[in-house]
Amino acid sequence: MNPVTRRRLDQFKANRRGYHSLWIFMLLFVLSLFAEFIANNKPIVMHHEDRYWFPIFEYYTEAELGGELPIEAQYWEPYVQKLVEDSGGWMLWPLIPYNYKNPDLYLESAAPAPPSYKHWLGTDDGGKDVLARLIYGFRLSVLFGITLTILSALIGVFVGAIQGYFGGMIDLVGQRMVEVWGGLPVLLLLIILASVVEPNVFWLLGILTLFSWIPLVGVVRAEVLRTRNFEYVRAARAAGVSDLYILRRHVMPNAMVATLTFLPFILSGAVTTLTALDFLGFGLPAGSPSLGELLAQGKANLHAPWLGLTGFITLGVMLTLLIFIGEAVRDALDPRRIMAVASAAAT
Amino acid sequence: MSALLEVKNLKMHFPVKEGILLRTGAYNKAVDGVSLTINAGETLGLVGESGCGKSTLGRCIIRLYDPTEGEIVFEEINITRMQGKSLLPIRRHIQMIFQDPMESLNSRHTVGDILEEPFIVQNIGKSEWRKKRVRELLDIVGLPARSVSRYPFEFSGGQRQRIGIARSVALNPKLIICDEPVSALDVSIQSQILNLLIDLQKEFNLSYLFIAHDLAVVKHISDRIAIMYLGKIVESGGSQEIYHHPKHPYTRSLISAIPSPDPHNKSKRQVLTGDVPSPINPPSGCSFHPRCPHVQDQCKHNRPELRTTSSASQIIACHFDV
Repeated sequence: MNPVTRRRLDQFKANRRGYHSLWIFMLLFVLSLFAEFIANNKPIVMHHEDRYWFPIFEYYTEAELGGELPIEAQYWEPYVQKLVEDSGGWMLWPLIPYNYKNPDLYLESAAPAPPSYKHWLGTDDGGKDVLARLIYGFRLSVLFGITLTILSALIGVFVGAIQGYFGGMIDLVGQRMVEVWGGLPVLLLLIILASVVEPNVFWLLGILTLFSWIPLVGVVRAEVLRTRNFEYVRAARAAGVSDLYILRRHVMPNAMVATLTFLPFILSGAVTTLTALDFLGFGLPAGSPSLGELLAQGKANLHAPWLGLTGFITLGVMLTLLIFIGEAVRDALDPRRIMAVASAAAT
Repeated sequence: MSALLEVKNLKMHFPVKEGILLRTGAYNKAVDGVSLTINAGETLGLVGESGCGKSTLGRCIIRLYDPTEGEIVFEEINITRMQGKSLLPIRRHIQMIFQDPMESLNSRHTVGDILEEPFIVQNIGKSEWRKKRVRELLDIVGLPARSVSRYPFEFSGGQRQRIGIARSVALNPKLIICDEPVSALDVSIQSQILNLLIDLQKEFNLSYLFIAHDLAVVKHISDRIAIMYLGKIVESGGSQEIYHHPKHPYTRSLISAIPSPDPHNKSKRQVLTGDVPSPINPPSGCSFHPRCPHVQDQCKHNRPELRTTSSASQIIACHFDV
């Protein structure tokens, strides 16, 4: 590993808050990637009629298990469970035996049900397990945010670099167009669009990408504009370094640092936007696990405070972690800060 | 012996964009008809006030700019209109030292990266050989070998300029353009850097175009001196001649402005009034006439050409022998 990266990494680790935030966030994210094994209304594995069944991966009809219906087995039904038990088999259930879309049909109280040993965070007003929805919702939010961040970084860096490097007329016209584009009311456009098409994840991703790259353009453009007139770029040109090489080795690293420090903040912005849209009811289709929808339910059911509180705390923790990570990344990439740490370590 | 570098009637006019449509309204005549020669192993000092076009001239020679008119001939090859790849072999022989050693070194790269870059660009040597050469270069400019993995901001101004110098001599060039290499440094450091430049010149038979605004600094290092005013050379000659027998009124005022360390030596100072006129709209006739203490009617209408004087090697652009 080259010493620059080494020092940056050390600097990042030295920021305990950001470093631990990253670990917590990664842990939560990786766990949520395996949501199907943590919260599901199918057993992970079961033993029945002397063979193993993997209901999460494969589709078994009830008839195959020895029942009557030619549809997928309803593993949570006492009838199916009795079938398995009678054959001397067993079922290994996930930690939370509910998924995000099927309501618990055997609720003991009216939905939304308060937290109990069955539903650790209670259920929503459709009788669905809040914790299960939370896990799936977290995964969806983060994946959505990461995809949006990557897409907007690609577009933003590209547009910014072109404007900054070529300058002049391209920059002038480009910048005005970006300003006009950035002036469009995104949320309103999305709401109008939601009345025309049924928005799904890809629609939302596409539309938000159209606008989310704008804050990056300014940063990258400014950085490129600044850097391309630096004496060291002039020095590189005098040495005969080609434009592309200068852009890659002298200009872009500066711009990339600015971009990189922006990314966690864009990510948190994307999560917030998605949540806001879901909260307003213009986001993901009904029934999708989403933090915004959970918040909306909390608002509609003030007598069930666990809904609102869960949504609020999850969102708060998630965004806080992202901001802490973002701060640590920003500090780690600042060359002057690296120095302070290195000299402190030397003394 | 033919000259290493010959600049003939070089002009660099920058278009001045106006209005929202960015139409070219006028031209900034930063360099307006400069001719000079530099021989192998020689140092030519180029002196002038801020904004007189000396840095522009330097950047034209190293082909950072495309000159408007004139010729730049390096080792009998005309490089004025060369572009891109064909310039690469020439660049190996012409290098540059920049004024501000903080800005001319990329603060995100280590000293090793910075010094290795010229070799990478010119595709010289293998990685290991280059690394070895980088340490040699550091030794040449008097920096410890462990500087390789450090960053430019860990060094003082003088040390940074040494790094800049190491980069410029890396490829064994023939000509180095020194664009005010010491004016950003403390006086005590200035002499160290100047002495380093002189030592390197002897060791590698370098030629320098030494750009500065301080005649005292230039005199110390130059064989010949050219004085520039508003894009033109107004006087040039051997450095002793210029220093002790300046003929152009502008040169005289520059020399009288050099502070003397001897408190008893109260020479009469010729203080120039006013600023350098704008190169976009230069004065008629002799461009120095609005500030010249000896101005005559003729100066306002006729532009003086460079002419020889009583001393054979000294030329001035002035109508009079004042």
